[in-house]
Formats: sequence, C-alpha cells, structure tokens
Amino acid sequence: MLLYLFKRMAVFIPTFFGITLLTFAMIRLIPGDPIELMAGERGIDPERHAILRAEMGLDDPIVFQYLNYIGDVLQGDLGVSVVTKTPVLDEFLALFPATVELSFFAIIFALSIGLPLGIIAALRRGSMIDYTTMGISLTGYSMPVFWWALILMMVFSVTLGWTPVSGRISFLYYVEPVTGFLLIDTWLEGNWAAFKSALWHLVLPATALGTIPMAVIARMTRSSMLEVLGEDYIRTARAKGLSSWRVVMIHGLRNAMIPLITVIGLQVGVLLAGAILTETMFSWPGIGKWLIESVRRRDYPSLQGGVLLISAVVIIVNLIVDVLYGVFNPRIRKQ
Amino acid sequence: MTEITSKTDGENPQMTTEQTDSGAVVASTEVVNNYPHPIVEFWQYFRANKGAVFGLVVLVLLVLMAIFAPLLAPHPPNEQYRDALLMPPAWAEQGSMLYPLGTDDLGRDLLSRIMYGAQVSLTTGSMVVVLAVSFGILLGLLAGYFRGLVDIVITRLMDVMLAVPSLLSAIVIVAILGPSLLNAALAVVITQLPHFVRLTRSSVISEMPKPYVTASQVAGASHLRLMFNTILPNCLAPLIVQATLGISTAILDLAALGFLGMGAQPPTPEWGTMLSGSLQFMQRAPWMVTFPGLFILITVLCFNLMGDGLRDALDPKLKR
Repeated sequence: MLLYLFKRMAVFIPTFFGITLLTFAMIRLIPGDPIELMAGERGIDPERHAILRAEMGLDDPIVFQYLNYIGDVLQGDLGVSVVTKTPVLDEFLALFPATVELSFFAIIFALSIGLPLGIIAALRRGSMIDYTTMGISLTGYSMPVFWWALILMMVFSVTLGWTPVSGRISFLYYVEPVTGFLLIDTWLEGNWAAFKSALWHLVLPATALGTIPMAVIARMTRSSMLEVLGEDYIRTARAKGLSSWRVVMIHGLRNAMIPLITVIGLQVGVLLAGAILTETMFSWPGIGKWLIESVRRRDYPSLQGGVLLISAVVIIVNLIVDVLYGVFNPRIRKQ
Repeated sequence: MTEITSKTDGENPQMTTEQTDSGAVVASTEVVNNYPHPIVEFWQYFRANKGAVFGLVVLVLLVLMAIFAPLLAPHPPNEQYRDALLMPPAWAEQGSMLYPLGTDDLGRDLLSRIMYGAQVSLTTGSMVVVLAVSFGILLGLLAGYFRGLVDIVITRLMDVMLAVPSLLSAIVIVAILGPSLLNAALAVVITQLPHFVRLTRSSVISEMPKPYVTASQVAGASHLRLMFNTILPNCLAPLIVQATLGISTAILDLAALGFLGMGAQPPTPEWGTMLSGSLQFMQRAPWMVTFPGLFILITVLCFNLMGDGLRDALDPKLKR
C-alpha cells in the first residue's frame, strides 16, 4: 500500500512542476511589459522603470527567473494582486471556502439524484423508466451551464419568487467569517435566520452546478450496476434467499461504487470549471467569479496564482481518489 | 481492443474485392460469404439505436438550416428594426409573424440571428475538432510508436494540460491572445488536444505488438508507412467516437467563452454571445434568454446522441 502511495506521488510532483512551468510561461507570454501593465494608464518614467525591472529580477536570465518563481511558490508567495495590492494566496484562501461550499452541495445534489436514477434505470433496463432516465441524463450532460443557470433564475427567482437571485446570503445579516463556510459560521453563531438565508441562496447555484455531475453519475451508476448485477456473486446472493433490497443495495451497489469513485473524483475538475460560470451568473463570491474578474481587470498575478492553485487542487483530489481507489479495490494495488 | 483488429483485418481485403467487383455500391447478395459490407453492418448497428438516428436527423436539419440561412432567415442577422424593440414571439399577445421568435433589445430578429448563429457554432465547432484530432493523432502516434523519451515528454505535457480544468485554460489562453472567435477556437483546440493524444497513444500501444504490425515491419515498411497506413486505420474507431463527442464539448466551450465576452464579439450572431447581453432582460424579454440557449442544448444533445450511436456501432466490445 505504501509503495502504491509513493508511486502515485511520483506522478503528482512532476505534474505540479509542469504546471508551474505553464503558469510561469503564461505571464511571460502576455503581450506588453509587466511594469507598464502595473503602472496602468498613468505611465512610468524610464528611470523608475529600470529600477523596478532590476528589483523584480526581469533582467535576469530566464532560467533564474523560473527558479526564483518556483522558490517563491514553494514558500507560499504567489505574488500580489495588481488591483487590490493584497497577496494572491490570501485572496484565494478567503474566497475558496465559498467555492468549496457550493461545490460540496452540488455534489450532494448530483449524488442524491444521480445514484437513485442510475440504480432504477439499471433495475428496469429497457423500460420506459430506463429511457426517460437516460434521456434526462443525456440532456443534463449536454446542458450549457450558464444558460441552465439563467433559466433556473428566470423560473424560480424572477417568476416564482421562491429563491433569491444572487449572492451567498441576504445583506441583512453580517456573519463574522470563522471558517469561511457560511453554513458552519451561522450555525456556530446560532443565528438561524442567517443560516436559513444562506441555505436558500445555495439551492439554485448548487442545482445549476450539480446538473452535469448528476448526469454523469446517473449514467455511470447505471452501466456499473448492470455490469455488477450480471456477476455470479449476485446470483449466489439471490439464491441464498436474500431480499432484493439487500442484494441490490449491499451486494450490488457496493461493488458498483468502485468505478464510481474515480468518476466522482474526475468531476472535481468539471465542477471547478463549472464554478467559473455558475459563480459569475449568481454573483457567488468564490474563486470562479474572482478569476473572471481578474481577467477583466487584467490582474495577471491573480490569474496566474489562481490557475496554479486550482490545478494543484485538481491534482491533489485526483491523487486522493487514486489512493481511495486502491483502498476500496485491493486488486489494483497488486499491479 | 483485440476484437477491433480481428474485425478490420478480416474485412479489409473483403472491402477491396467488393469495390473492384461491383464499384462503390454494395450488393450484399453478391458476396460469397454472408458478412455484410462494413458500412452496411455499421448502419445496421447505428440504426438500432433510435436516439442516435434521431440525433442524426435533427443534426442534418440544423446543418441545412445553417447552410440555407441566407434563404430561410426572414431578416438579415444584424438588421436593427427600431420600431420593433423587444418584440415577443409570434404566439404571444403582442407578437408578430414578422418576427417569429421575437426581437432583441436592438430590434434584431431572433430567429434570423439563431439561424446564422448555427453557421458560426457548427463550423467553428467542427473546425476545432478537426484541428485537435489531426494534431492529437500526430502527437499520439509519435508517442505510442517511438516510446522512450518522445513518449515521456509528450505524455507528461498532456498530463499537465489535463490538470487544468479545460474552460479555465481556455480562458487563460484567450486572456493572453485577446478576445476573438478565432482565438477562442484556438484555445479550445489546445484544451481538447490532450484527449486525442492520449486516446491515439493508448490505441497505438495496444496495436504495436500485433502480428500484422510485425509482418509489415518485416516486409520492410518505413516508419511513416507503419504509422499512418498500417497502425492508424486500426485505431480510428475510438477516435471517431471521441471526435463526435468532442464537437459537442467544443460548441459548449465556445458558447461559454462567447457568453463571458471572450469568444465571438458582438454583433456576431453567436449563440453564447447572444446570451451574454440577455441577462438584464430576463424579466422583460425571457425569449431572448430562452431560444439561443435552447439551440445550443439541442445541437450538443444531437452530437452526444450520435456519439453514443457511433460507439455502439464501432465498439465491438459492446456488439455481442
């Protein structure tokens, strides 16, 4: 098991350095001089320009610059936002909980709808229920997230008035950020009205963001269940006289879940990309909205840091998924 | 994977004899053995999947709509009718048959814009995939055929590219190159590339040890011939499926970039770009929000349905 872990780590580290190479190249590829970009419209006098160039190490050979960058990154220094002048890492960490909270509920939504749909479709293979379920799944899979968010907003917020249109919580409440997760913070404070407000604000964005993972999970559950239900041990379980519920839920689902773990893990990248659109649509103050604003404000250090951190999150999650896969499926470790 | 080769191996000579015997047209009764022509066989499997046939039919209609947009569209896409701002669709109370799906805030006919938008989405979507597949095949063949250092470099690079969520890397590339439809398309090509490289590479690696490759090698085939004439045709089935699904992702990503103001620029009638201005009219003109997105959904759905059908028809593992 330890060897397996090391093997996975050996893939993780070069990938991370590869990404630093990309983000480093990204800043160099942006047309224009970084100092003039920072100075903005006011311009800068040539003397000061030369001093800044030397200070920032822009006159050093490119390899030195890259090594410097790596050194800074490893010390947690991802540069300073050009717009707000705060360290990029601090901005990221302040906004990250909002994205995690949203993604968590999106996955909860995806699992609570996708799993049952997939199981039912597998059990009633070839029936109307199966076709309808797979139709829903394929439609969800083909959904343009930003449009889906617009439609949900139009129907549930504007027309029916059931849910708030945007934001994380009603502006009536001020919650001291302790963990950054609003639901936990309001719960700790015991402020139930604020908790309810935060929960209501979550419903639409989580649904919009969770739709594609829901579709993928429903589809994968169905095919994985179909495969498992044809196995000998299922026949044995039925022959033993176990109830269908037990056969399906314990003997079937537990084995069908193994490939699903990988699928759910892969959805993290999809979720983070979807979060960019969903957060922009719902003015959700998370990483996705922040990245889009960084692009619009030409805040390249923020964009660079954001890309690096998000990629790091994706590869760490994939690493965890790989390890979990090894834990749940002992056969894989032996290879 | 083994079944792909055994199938194509068996059918390749057959295909050539048939073509010389009876021209391009297939007459399965004339064939001595009872195997149908590969294309006929393919069509039989594809036809069995009703969803795929439905997707194909709707897609053909969409393509026709795009091609004949200048003839079909009631108005030019960018013509502004000042006396018809925010007109609702024809079936609504204040609607008019002049503007079947209504007009936008500048008085442009929505249906005409959607029809011309189909041109933009379908052409850029398929061009993106053609480019991504071509470069993907090239890199994948190099990596899978030569292995060693070439393989390590290419695979590592692709792993790194896959670690960044695709929409995010597309946004970064557009931020570097500047917002335009061409740059957005280029960005999507780059984000799609790793999938095709990996797919080609893994197929090539599983084909390489097969006897037919060795036979060709012994017969003195050059590297290029081995790569493109011998191995590549046997790796195409999964690539075709992935390419079909790739078009749907490309259309989605291009629309998302257009929506964020990083793709096609107004007044180009691109579906995503059309939606980006509609947010503020959500209450007053819901049709402006509904229809362009609906067409994105339908187009993407059709490609996905077709991709499923192609997988059924081309993947021999599921055939039996």
